[in-house]
Amino acid sequence: MADVARDPVLDRQPLAPRPLPLTRRQLRVGGAVLAAVLAAAVFCLGLVAGWWQLTGQDKRFIATVLNGLTLGALYFLVASGFTLVFGLMRNVNLAHGSLYLAGAYIGWSVADVTGSWFAGVVAGFLSMALAGLVLQLVVFRRMEGQDLRQTLVTIGISIVLADLMLWQWGGQTYQFIAPDWIDGTVRLPLVGMGYSSYRLILLLAAAVIGVALWLFLNRTKVGTMIRAGVDDRDMLAASGVNVQRIFCIVFAVGAGLAGFAGVVGATALSIAPGEDVRYLLASLVVVIVGGMGSVAGAAVGAVLIGLAEQLGLVYSPTYGVVYTFLIMVGVLVWRPQGLLGRRG
Amino acid sequence: MASISEERDRLARATAAGAAAHTAGPERERLRLPYGWGYLPLGLFLLVFPLFAGEFWAMQIGAYTLILGIVALSLMFLAGFGGMVSLAQMTVAGCAGYFFAIFGHSSVEAISLGWSAWLSMPLSLLVATAFATMVGLLASRTEGIYTIMITLAIAVAFFYFTRQNYELFNGYNGFAQIAPPAFFGLDWRDPTLFYYLCLAVALVCYAAVVYLRRSTFGLSVQALRDNQRRMRALGYHVAGHQVAAYATAGFMAALGGLLLVWLNGRISPGTIGVGPVIDILIIAVLGGLRHPIGPFLGALAFVLLDSFAIDLIERERFNTVIGLCFLAVVLFSPDGLLGLWARARDALARSGRPRS
Repeated sequence: MADVARDPVLDRQPLAPRPLPLTRRQLRVGGAVLAAVLAAAVFCLGLVAGWWQLTGQDKRFIATVLNGLTLGALYFLVASGFTLVFGLMRNVNLAHGSLYLAGAYIGWSVADVTGSWFAGVVAGFLSMALAGLVLQLVVFRRMEGQDLRQTLVTIGISIVLADLMLWQWGGQTYQFIAPDWIDGTVRLPLVGMGYSSYRLILLLAAAVIGVALWLFLNRTKVGTMIRAGVDDRDMLAASGVNVQRIFCIVFAVGAGLAGFAGVVGATALSIAPGEDVRYLLASLVVVIVGGMGSVAGAAVGAVLIGLAEQLGLVYSPTYGVVYTFLIMVGVLVWRPQGLLGRRG
Repeated sequence: MASISEERDRLARATAAGAAAHTAGPERERLRLPYGWGYLPLGLFLLVFPLFAGEFWAMQIGAYTLILGIVALSLMFLAGFGGMVSLAQMTVAGCAGYFFAIFGHSSVEAISLGWSAWLSMPLSLLVATAFATMVGLLASRTEGIYTIMITLAIAVAFFYFTRQNYELFNGYNGFAQIAPPAFFGLDWRDPTLFYYLCLAVALVCYAAVVYLRRSTFGLSVQALRDNQRRMRALGYHVAGHQVAAYATAGFMAALGGLLLVWLNGRISPGTIGVGPVIDILIIAVLGGLRHPIGPFLGALAFVLLDSFAIDLIERERFNTVIGLCFLAVVLFSPDGLLGLWARARDALARSGRPRS
C-alpha cells in the first residue's frame, strides 16, 4: 500500500534538527546543578525549620534528617541497580523489591547458621547476584525487546517469590544484630546528641558504593560500554561488543546490590513480608524522579525521597506519603524524563 | 532520539497492521467469538443461573466474577485498545468505594457524611473518574513502559495514604457496614437481586466497550497504540485522546468499585493493596486483552481458583498457584485463555478437514 511505503518518510526525524540553545553537556550540567540546588533548598528549608525546633531544645529534627539520609542511602543502593537494568535493557524489573527481601532473608539465615554478620552480608549479595544472573540468562534473554512481556514476567516472579518467602520464613519480623564494634552510639560533634553509629556507617558505605559505581561506569571499559548501551543498544552491538555479557554483568550487579541492601537495611530497620513492596515503590519513584539509567539521578532521587518520607512521617504522620507522591508529580510535570535523565 | 531498534519496531508494527487491515485480517476474525445465536445459550444461562444456584454461587462466584470482570474490562480497554497498561484501575475502583462510604452511611459516624445515596453515588463516581483523569494526565506525560511504573507508583502511594490517613480514610480499619441503597423500594442486599444488578452493569459496560471499539474515538485510540507519531503528524491530540481513554476506563472501574463495596459491605486499604491491584492485571492478561469477553473469562477462572484452590492445596499457597498460572499464560499464550481457545479451534478445524 502506498501509505505503508511512505511510512519511513513520515516517521523520519526532521532532516535538520533544530539547533539547541544550549549544548547537551551544558544541559546536563545545568540539570545537575538545578537538582543539587533543589536538594540544597529542601535541606536549607529543613535546617531553618530545624533551627526553630532546636531553639525549643528539640533534637528531633536533626535525628529525622539523619534518618532520612539513612533511608535515602538504602533507597539508593536498591534503586541504582533498578535504574541501570531499566536503562540498559528496558526491563522494568518489578521483582526488584522481592530481590531485596530475598537477599535479606537469605542473609539472615546464613548469619544465623554461621554466627557472622559479615557472612550474611556477603551471602545476601552473592545469592541475589546469582539469582539475577539466572533470571537474565534463563528468562529475559529469550524475550529481548518485548518490554511489556518482560515486565509481566517480573510481576509473576514477584508474586511467586513473595509467597514462597512467606512460606519459608513466616510472617514474623526479623532483625539482624550487627557486630558490637559498629553497632553503638556516637556523640555527634556540634549538635551534641547521640546517634546510631551503624546508621552513620551505612551512610558512609552507600556513599563509597556510589562513588565506586560512578568510577566503574565512568573510568572503566566495561562501564563505558554500559553507558553506551544505555544511550543506544544497537550501536553498541554493532560496534562488536558482546551485549549479552554486558547485560549479565549489569543484571548481576543490580540484583546483588538489592540483596546487599536487604541485609544492610534489615540491620538498620527490620524485615517482614510487605517490605518488598515498599522498596519497589521507592525504586519506581527514585527512577522516575532521577531519570532512567542515571546513577547520579538515582542518588539525588533517593535522598529527596528518603528525606521527604522521614520528615513527612515525623511532622505530618497522616499525610507522609503525599510528599513522596508530590515530588514525583512535580518532576513528571516539569521534566518528564527525570531530573538527570535524557530524552529517550 | 529514538533508538534505531524502536524505530524499526514501530515501522514493522505499522506495516504489519496495514497489511493485516488490507488482507481482510484472518488473524482478527479468528479471535472473534461467534456473534448472534452463539450468545443465546450463554445469555440464558447467565439469566437463570442464580435461580437454581445457591446464595454462595450467586454472590461469591457470580457477582464477584462480574465485578472483577468490570474492573478488568476497564484495564482491557486501556491496554488492549490504547496500549496503556494501567495498574491503577483497582485504585480508581477503590476510590469510588471509599468516597461512597465517606459521602454516604457507614459504621464510622465521625467521618461519613450520611448523604442520600442519590447524591453520594454520582458524587463518588465523579470523584473516582476525576482521579482516573488525573492518573491519565500524569501517565500521558511519558510513554511506553513508563506508564506501568507511574500507575503502579500511584496505586501503591494511594494504598499507603489510605492506610496512614485517619482523618479521611480511617486508616487501617477503613469503613464497614456499607449497604447498597434501596432503589425502587427493593432490598439490593438480596443475593439474587444483587447478582442481576451486577449482570446489568456488566452488560452495559461490555456493550459500551464493543461500541467504543468501532467508534471514531475507539479507532483513534487504537491507532495511537499502533503509531503515535503518525497520529501526531495527522493532527490528532495524542495526550488528549489518552486522557479521555483514562477517564472512560476510570468511570467503568468506578462502577465496578461501587458494586464491590456493596458486595463486601466494607472497604479498607487491603481492598486496594498491591495484591488486588496486580490481581486485576492477572485477570485481564489471563483472559486475554484482545476481546472484551476476555476479562470476564479471566475473572471467572480467577474466582473459581480463589474459591476452590483450598480443596486442592493449602489456602496459603494460593498466590503461588495464581502466580504460576499467570507466568504460564505470559510465557506460553500471550493472548490468554482466548488465545488458547482460538488455537484449539484452529487445531480442530485443521484436523477435521485437511487443507488441499
